[in-house]
Amino acid sequence: MNLQDFQYLQEILRRRSGLALTDKKMHLVEGRLTPVMRRFGFKDVGSLLRELHYGHEALVQSVIEAMTINDSAFFRDRKTFEEFRDIVLPQLVRDRRETKELRIWCAACAAGQEPYSIAMLLDDAGLAEQGWRITIVGTDINAQMIARAEHGLYSQFEVQRGLSIRRLVANFTQEEAQWRISNRLRRMVSFRTFNLLDSFGWLPDLDAVFCRNVLMYFDFKTRMSVLERIGEILAPDGALLVGPAESLSGLALGYTAANRAPGLYFKTKPAPLLRLAAN
Amino acid sequence: MKTCLVVDDSRVIRKVACRILRELSFETTEAENGAAALMSCRQKMPDLILLDWHMPQITGIEFLRSLRSETRGNHPVVVLCTTENDSARIGEALNAGADEFVVKPFDRDILRAKLAEVGLVQPQ
Repeated sequence: MNLQDFQYLQEILRRRSGLALTDKKMHLVEGRLTPVMRRFGFKDVGSLLRELHYGHEALVQSVIEAMTINDSAFFRDRKTFEEFRDIVLPQLVRDRRETKELRIWCAACAAGQEPYSIAMLLDDAGLAEQGWRITIVGTDINAQMIARAEHGLYSQFEVQRGLSIRRLVANFTQEEAQWRISNRLRRMVSFRTFNLLDSFGWLPDLDAVFCRNVLMYFDFKTRMSVLERIGEILAPDGALLVGPAESLSGLALGYTAANRAPGLYFKTKPAPLLRLAAN
Repeated sequence: MKTCLVVDDSRVIRKVACRILRELSFETTEAENGAAALMSCRQKMPDLILLDWHMPQITGIEFLRSLRSETRGNHPVVVLCTTENDSARIGEALNAGADEFVVKPFDRDILRAKLAEVGLVQPQ
């Protein structure tokens, strides 16, 4: 792989997925793309990257998927889930008591651990039993991850990271050496392969958005665009939860940071209109 | 500093577990079987017991039942370790009074995650 190949990869990732691959990451490319190279029968990664010029869609998608980070865990960054449970959820439950409807979007859900973790918290709160309609939408750019999420089957290693043993036995059933999410939780979540650069038009109005550990891989312009468009579909009292390393401070985007809750933002309430003196 | 008793008949496992626990700021002691572990607990109760399931003479579960009958409440925290992960076994461990369950082999991250579940270390 030469510099020109790498620069083309940077360009195609930025254009197709928003992913900003810095020059420092050049050393990662060979390792990440070698399985794709083998699968499509190229002799080296450079040849694979040169083929991208011809717009072979399956190849482009495979390259994007190989270059995205898919590491996740149940209740990853526990504090975020505590903030959701202790601050966001009680507020939403109070404000939505008439409609009894909650809509939550996990924008980059990898293999589904995040939306299923949210489903567990909502299940703990007993909302479904009280007649609430709950919609959790999990999306990811990686179709393989979405297929895994839909399948809801996790290894022992995956369930050991973040799930207490009581949560595990209450919410999963064992299938040989793996664990499958219960139908009760599975029914609360729908999944879809989705690129955050595409239109959000298909999404409903949302009460909470989890957009964690993804913005940091985007360049500034893409980050701003994603945040602005989330703002457009987020309810006026809706919450945005980002990763602990993804502060929005300094970005004038219409979000206000919650007090003593890192990574939690609410939509900024519009300033009251000044009443003009009638004369 | 919190204390942990590592109970396992394998010296290698005890050594590895103790090293991880010390990295997590625990003061560690060891016992190679259930009887030695019970004696150790009667002398000084640790905050945490990392307990192997399969041991000669007194198994981990038998030790746990004896321990829970001698102590009040849920102290100390007990994490059972085993190579098997079937749900019947997990249920048996919970019924006997285990607080958490970890499948071997485990590494620092997994053990840390389990100890965070029981509130003995800060979650990552």
